[in-house]
Amino acid sequence: MSKSRLNFKANTLPAIVMVGPVVVIMVLLIAVPLIYVGIMSSCSIDEFYNVTYNFTLENYIRLANQDYLKIYSQSICIAFITTLICILIGYPFSYFIARTKSKKKKILYMLVIIPFWTNSLIRIYGWRTFLGTNGWLNIILQLLNITDEPIDFLYKTGATVLGMVYCLIPFMILPLYTSIEKLDVTLLEASSDLGAGSMKTFVNVILPLTSGGIFSGSLMVFIPCLGYFFVSDILGGGNSDVIGNLIERQFQGGNNWPLGAALSIVLIVVTLALVKVYQKLGGDMDALGV
Amino acid sequence: MDKIVELNGVNKVYGTNRVVKDLNLFVEEGEFLTLLGSSGCGKTTTLRMIAGFEEPTTGTIKVQGENVEAKEPFERNVNTVFQSYALFPHMTIYENIAYGLKVKKVSKAEIKKSVLEMLDLVQLNGFEHRYPSQLSGGQKQRVAIARALINHPKVLLLDEPLGALDLKLRKQMQLELKRLQKKLNITFIYVTHDQEEALTMSDRIAVMHDGVIDQLASPTEIYEHPKTKFVATFIGETNIYDGCITSIKGEIANITLENGEVSVKCPEDFSILEYASVSVRPEKMKFSTKKVDGFGLVAQVKDYVYVGSVLKCIVALPNGNELKIERLAGQELPKVGSKCYPYWNPEDAVLIHNESHYIFEALNNIKLA
Repeated sequence: MSKSRLNFKANTLPAIVMVGPVVVIMVLLIAVPLIYVGIMSSCSIDEFYNVTYNFTLENYIRLANQDYLKIYSQSICIAFITTLICILIGYPFSYFIARTKSKKKKILYMLVIIPFWTNSLIRIYGWRTFLGTNGWLNIILQLLNITDEPIDFLYKTGATVLGMVYCLIPFMILPLYTSIEKLDVTLLEASSDLGAGSMKTFVNVILPLTSGGIFSGSLMVFIPCLGYFFVSDILGGGNSDVIGNLIERQFQGGNNWPLGAALSIVLIVVTLALVKVYQKLGGDMDALGV
Repeated sequence: MDKIVELNGVNKVYGTNRVVKDLNLFVEEGEFLTLLGSSGCGKTTTLRMIAGFEEPTTGTIKVQGENVEAKEPFERNVNTVFQSYALFPHMTIYENIAYGLKVKKVSKAEIKKSVLEMLDLVQLNGFEHRYPSQLSGGQKQRVAIARALINHPKVLLLDEPLGALDLKLRKQMQLELKRLQKKLNITFIYVTHDQEEALTMSDRIAVMHDGVIDQLASPTEIYEHPKTKFVATFIGETNIYDGCITSIKGEIANITLENGEVSVKCPEDFSILEYASVSVRPEKMKFSTKKVDGFGLVAQVKDYVYVGSVLKCIVALPNGNELKIERLAGQELPKVGSKCYPYWNPEDAVLIHNESHYIFEALNNIKLA
C-alpha cells in the first residue's frame, strides 16, 4: 500500500501546480474585486465626478434616502410576488414530474433545463417582442376580435414580474423536484391508512416534508430577483425598478461609483443574512448549489 | 366464528403479469393469519389490496361483510404496519401515534389519554418527545404498531414488520406481537417470507406460491401434512422424491422411486399407479445397517455435520441424490463411507399428489395404445 501511495505522489503534479491556478483565479476575479467594491463604498466624489480616496460613511447614510427606500420596498415587493408565483406554478409542476411514471418525465425535466442554454437577455427581448403593441399577442387578440385596439402590456410592474418569473422559475422547480422526489411514498400511504384524505395528507405530511425545497427554491428566486435589472429595464421600462437598477444606474449614467458600491455591499450583506437564516432553519446548503 | 375479511375470486394484473390469481381467502375474527411465501408470490400485493393501496383487477374484497374494493384506505376499518415503519420523520413519537386521532378531530384530552395508553401498551413510556430518528429499529417498530392500533382497527395488516430487525430482536418481537394480538383480540393478517416466524406466531398459515394459495391450514397441519411439493420444501427441511404407487395394502402404499421402493401411509384419495411425491422430514428419517422390510433404498454415508442440538447426516443414493437425516448427538452411527439402509415409519412420511401426474398418465396411455 505504501508503494502505491508513493507512486501516486510520483505520478501527480505538486499541489501548488494543481490548486494554484484556482486560487489565483479566485483571488484575482472574486476576492480582489470584492475588496475593491468595499473600499470604493467608503470613498467620495468631487464635483467632476472623480473618485477621491478618503474614508467616509456618507454613501451608506445617503442610502436611507426617501426615494431609495421606495425602490427598496418596491423591489422587495416584486421579489416577494415573483417568489410566490414561482411556488404556485412550480410546486404542482415539480410534484407532477417527480411523481409521474410516464416517459414524459424526462422530456418535462428537459423543458425546464433547455432555456438555460439561451442567454436570458435574449429571451427577455423575445418577451418584449411578443408582448409589444405590434407584438404577436396583440395581433392574435385582434384577429380573434377580443380587442379592437392593441393593449399595452409592457412597461408595467406586471410585465416585470412576468419576466422575473420566467427567468427564475427553474431555480424554484429544481430544488422542489429534488425534495419531492425524495419523499417516501409509504409515508403518504401511512397517512391515508390512518384516516387522512388527500388534503389532510398534503397539509400534514407532504408540505412539511418538502418545506426545505420550497425554502431553498424561494431563496434562489428571491435574491436574484432583487438584482435582475435587465428584466425591469426591458419589460418594466423604468416603472418598476429593482435594487439592481439603482446599482446599475450609479455605475452608468449616475457616474457615482462609491454610492453604487455601497448599494452593492448592502445587497451582498442582505443576501448573506438570508442565507444564514436559511441555514439556521436547518436548510441544506447543497440544495442551493453553493 | 365470523368471517371478518373475505376475498372472492381476486385477481391482480400488472400489464401482462398476473400477480394474484383467483384468490379466495376467508379470515376469521380474532385470528392470527399469516400469508407466507417467497418474494414475488403475491402476498404483499394481497395485503395491499385489503389495505386499499391497490385495487383488485377483478373480484371482491369484504371487510365485516361490506364490499370495500372501491373504498379509499382511510374509509376502511383496517390499519397497516409497514415494513419500513413509515413513521413521519418531522413528527415526535407522540404526534406520530396521535396522527390517526388528530385527522379525525378527536379532542386533545382524549388524544392524550389514548396515546399514553398506546405507549404503555408497547412499553415505550417516556419516549413521546423524541423523533423517529432518535429510536432504534425495534423501538420504531413498536411506534408503528402503536400508531396503527390507536384507531382500534378491526383488522391489523402487518407487512413483514420484523424484516429489518436482527435475529434476537425479531424473536423477542414475535412473542410480543403474539401477546399483543391475544390481549387486544384483534385480527392480524401478517405477511412474511420467514417460515419459522410463520410457524411460531400464526393460528393459520396461507402458503402462497406464484399468486395462488397452495395450502391454508394450521402450522402443525402445514408442517406435518403439506399438500403440495412447494409447501413441503418451503416449510422446514425435507427429503422429497417423485415416484409411482405400485401397490396399496391396507393403509400402506408401496412407492417405487428411482432408487428403490419405499413404504408410506396412504391417504384415501390416492390410487394405484398414480405418480406421487414422498416427503420425509430429516428428523423422521432413520437408517439401519441391515435391510428393512418394505424399503429398498441403499445409500452411502457421506458426511456428518454437527449443528449443536442435533447431528446432520448426509447420505448419498446411487443416482447421486442426497438425503438429509437428523440424529440426536451422541448416538452411535455408521462410519463415513459405509453402506446404510435409510427407512422411516410409514406414518411419518407424507404422500403428495404430483402436480404433473396427469402428464405422466397421458404419456402412459399413449404408450399403452
